[in-house]
Amino acid sequence: MRKLSLVALAALTFAGTSAVVAQETVAITGGTIYPVSGPRIENGTIILTNGIITAVGANVAIPAGARRVDASGKWITPGLVAPVTSLGVVEVGAVTDTRDVGARGLNGIAAAFRVWDALNPNAMSIPVARQDGGITTVGVMPAGGMVAGMGAVIELRSGVTADAMLRKSPAAMVATLDNASASQSGSRAEALAKFRTLLRDAREFNLGRARYDAGSMRDLSASRADLEAMQLVLRGTIPLIVNVDRASEILNAIALGKEFGIRIVINSGAEAWQVAAQLAAARVPVMTGAMNNIPDGFSALGQRQENLGLLRLAGVQVAIVGNGAGGEDNFNVRNLRYEAGNAVAYGMTWDDALRAITLSPAEILGVSDRVGSLAVGKAANLVVWTGDPFEYATQPEIVFVAGNDTRVFTRQDQLTARYRNLPVKY
Amino acid sequence: MRHFLVLLCAATTAVQAQSTSPAAAPARSTLAPGPGALSVPNADPFPSTYRAPTSRAVLITNATILTAAGPQIDRGFVLMRDGKIVSVGSGAAPAAGDAEVIDANGRYVTPGLIDTHSHMGAGAAPGGQALSDINEATNPSTARVWVEHSVWPQDAQFPRVLAGGVTTLQILPGSANLVGGRSVVLKVVPSVSVQGMKFPGARYGLKMACGENPKRVYAARSPSTRMGNVAGYRAVWIGAEAYRRRWDKWLADKSGDPPTRDLENETLAEVLRGNILVQNHCYRADEMLQMIDIAKEFGYRIRSFHHGVEAYKLADVMARDSISGSLWSDWGGFKMEAIDGIRANLALVHNAGARAIVHSDDASGAQRLNQDASKARAAGAAVGIAIDDATLIKWVTYNPAWALDLHDRIGSLEAGKNADVVLWSANPFSVYARPDRVWIDGTLRLDRADPRQAWRTDFELGYVPAASTQTGGRR
Repeated sequence: MRKLSLVALAALTFAGTSAVVAQETVAITGGTIYPVSGPRIENGTIILTNGIITAVGANVAIPAGARRVDASGKWITPGLVAPVTSLGVVEVGAVTDTRDVGARGLNGIAAAFRVWDALNPNAMSIPVARQDGGITTVGVMPAGGMVAGMGAVIELRSGVTADAMLRKSPAAMVATLDNASASQSGSRAEALAKFRTLLRDAREFNLGRARYDAGSMRDLSASRADLEAMQLVLRGTIPLIVNVDRASEILNAIALGKEFGIRIVINSGAEAWQVAAQLAAARVPVMTGAMNNIPDGFSALGQRQENLGLLRLAGVQVAIVGNGAGGEDNFNVRNLRYEAGNAVAYGMTWDDALRAITLSPAEILGVSDRVGSLAVGKAANLVVWTGDPFEYATQPEIVFVAGNDTRVFTRQDQLTARYRNLPVKY
Repeated sequence: MRHFLVLLCAATTAVQAQSTSPAAAPARSTLAPGPGALSVPNADPFPSTYRAPTSRAVLITNATILTAAGPQIDRGFVLMRDGKIVSVGSGAAPAAGDAEVIDANGRYVTPGLIDTHSHMGAGAAPGGQALSDINEATNPSTARVWVEHSVWPQDAQFPRVLAGGVTTLQILPGSANLVGGRSVVLKVVPSVSVQGMKFPGARYGLKMACGENPKRVYAARSPSTRMGNVAGYRAVWIGAEAYRRRWDKWLADKSGDPPTRDLENETLAEVLRGNILVQNHCYRADEMLQMIDIAKEFGYRIRSFHHGVEAYKLADVMARDSISGSLWSDWGGFKMEAIDGIRANLALVHNAGARAIVHSDDASGAQRLNQDASKARAAGAAVGIAIDDATLIKWVTYNPAWALDLHDRIGSLEAGKNADVVLWSANPFSVYARPDRVWIDGTLRLDRADPRQAWRTDFELGYVPAASTQTGGRR
């Protein structure tokens, strides 16, 4: 994309956007393929058929009639997966009318909140994340309160309805511990107690629906809809993403998972490296970043950039979420790959870092059967890069989502073209 | 009393004021009144006490050098002695006597990086209301406040930004106010007092802010609109100009009592005299153009637009009027006035002939100014603007030094300049590069190979795990 002139790009604004899954066969040849689920393939070929990967390898026959893409000298990876974003539910952060990421809830509980119901498929940051960042799949997660609600996984398609973007919904429940105010509590301990009460109440509700409906059950701590939504967590259908930083609170979250038999995923996790062994033993994944080493709160005094590398060393499954400043959950979701590069600079292996922005987040959010690696049968989500995707000099040249070459002239591209030569002529 | 005008006008001679300040006076039972008590302006009531420690000479050889003053030097040398750069060049290194010789083995050497936009120390970690000292949001104009009085030297963010290769910071008041107060330029060194970090002889800056922040903060009174903002700036400068005239007249003829001192107008008058540099937070092109008109109306200059996500729309005017752009590589979208942020902003500003500066406004971003520059360059390349490493390094060294009017002392590796030097593990524009060593005035301040020597602030002791226990990462 970046080699084309801006004029040529303008002409392509809608040409490459297809409403549904691509109905064609594409053969991408000559590139170095990083499948993530297997070893690197030099001079490899990938065949995409009707939006699905139908062959990957060094010696692949090219079907007659396939559209060929020469990727010689290029690097090919799965489309990147950003597990925690507000894409499509926040447009301009400080403009309230464009914020649909947080529910009011009741007493800090909004378990039944489905953040994707407000997904705006025309959000300006979506094509930016894809075209500049090589991101093809994201988690759209709610924020705020103790139990923020449920998030979904979406595919970053353009020109389709919100429903057509959904890969999995719900994909996770989001909660916040380690923060008394989020749960309208006076102590971290009270917040934890409220949360355990919610889980117990949800369990009791499930075992006694008839009594509940008859009005003969004691008062429970959440609404019927919220108690119902929590069943998905209690049954293990979806994981509980817990926003938590302090090491001791991370241990509390692990214990909560064991007590109730629920799947815990740690998000943020500034001090996770201090309890890496316990996280590994409990098989609790961590989603964190590599661009913050500031003790920026009394829950994050141990925050450091080696966090991801140390967690991997202990055998913890990790996914990368941006934790520097600058809007990495929305306007700058595109920067995920640099976060991975910094993780490498601070001790993670390159292969682990690529996995942590592709297959690992796909596994954590339960979509690894379809995305996150380049393997036969998976969705044709991939990126042809001009070089090492973690490097600043590298650009995503072509981004395929469900087999569609998705290039569009983003709003930012249009502004750049307009003001490339001054004075501007409107 | 004539000398006070001299002191007031010439920041570089301000150190003379020390001899008359109470702090420097010999101990006695009753102190004489200081200059500030005499109802005349005191140029330097909080003088820098920074002194570079004596250090051994250092000769770096076999280095790839980005001097910020010329083309890249391959297999070159840098010699520093007594806190200054002695020589920089290619080929055989000069005889350096007892100098410590460091074979860079091809690694990169650059000037120390400079951030024109930081709130470090004033908004210190771990944060919270107790350490929230950036915005004196009690009046739309607080030219009277000096941000150095908010800076906590024990902010754990300082050693981290040093580890990112940053040797000089401009600390600014926040953007709640139309006029926020004085900035201060600091060296990134440990000290009990902020004076021990102050860059000797550096000019002060004046923080001004456009747009959404002031009109939001003061919506209940005034300004509550952008037109209210502009009326506010003009009223402030009208008062300041009257004050400046009164004082300059009195200083010239010494007739009668001096006018009453006013800290607000004292700072503003120094801007009008050209001694304090205007550092203007402003996002939108139309507002930046208005700020340029206001500067012309009152006869001051804007040294740098900060944030300027729409700087690319008036880059030609910035070049013409010699206004630098202190910008992010790609922040935007977080508020209405930031929605037109584009990644090519810095490259387009550079391409138009204005001074492009990568700034941070953030203690994480400040650790990666080099990476942000690299990201911005790539966006330029995508629209046909080629920028080589030797030029790009200026965005984080020489150009910010210019914005602080310190480009004669720092910002490039040239003989006679301060020996602020970074030795990088790789090309600094690679995501994988990290500073291996950082010198300030020839003194080694960071050595990544020896984490036990790392600067730990008082706050960190017993709270933040020490670097020596933080091993275990792997490449």
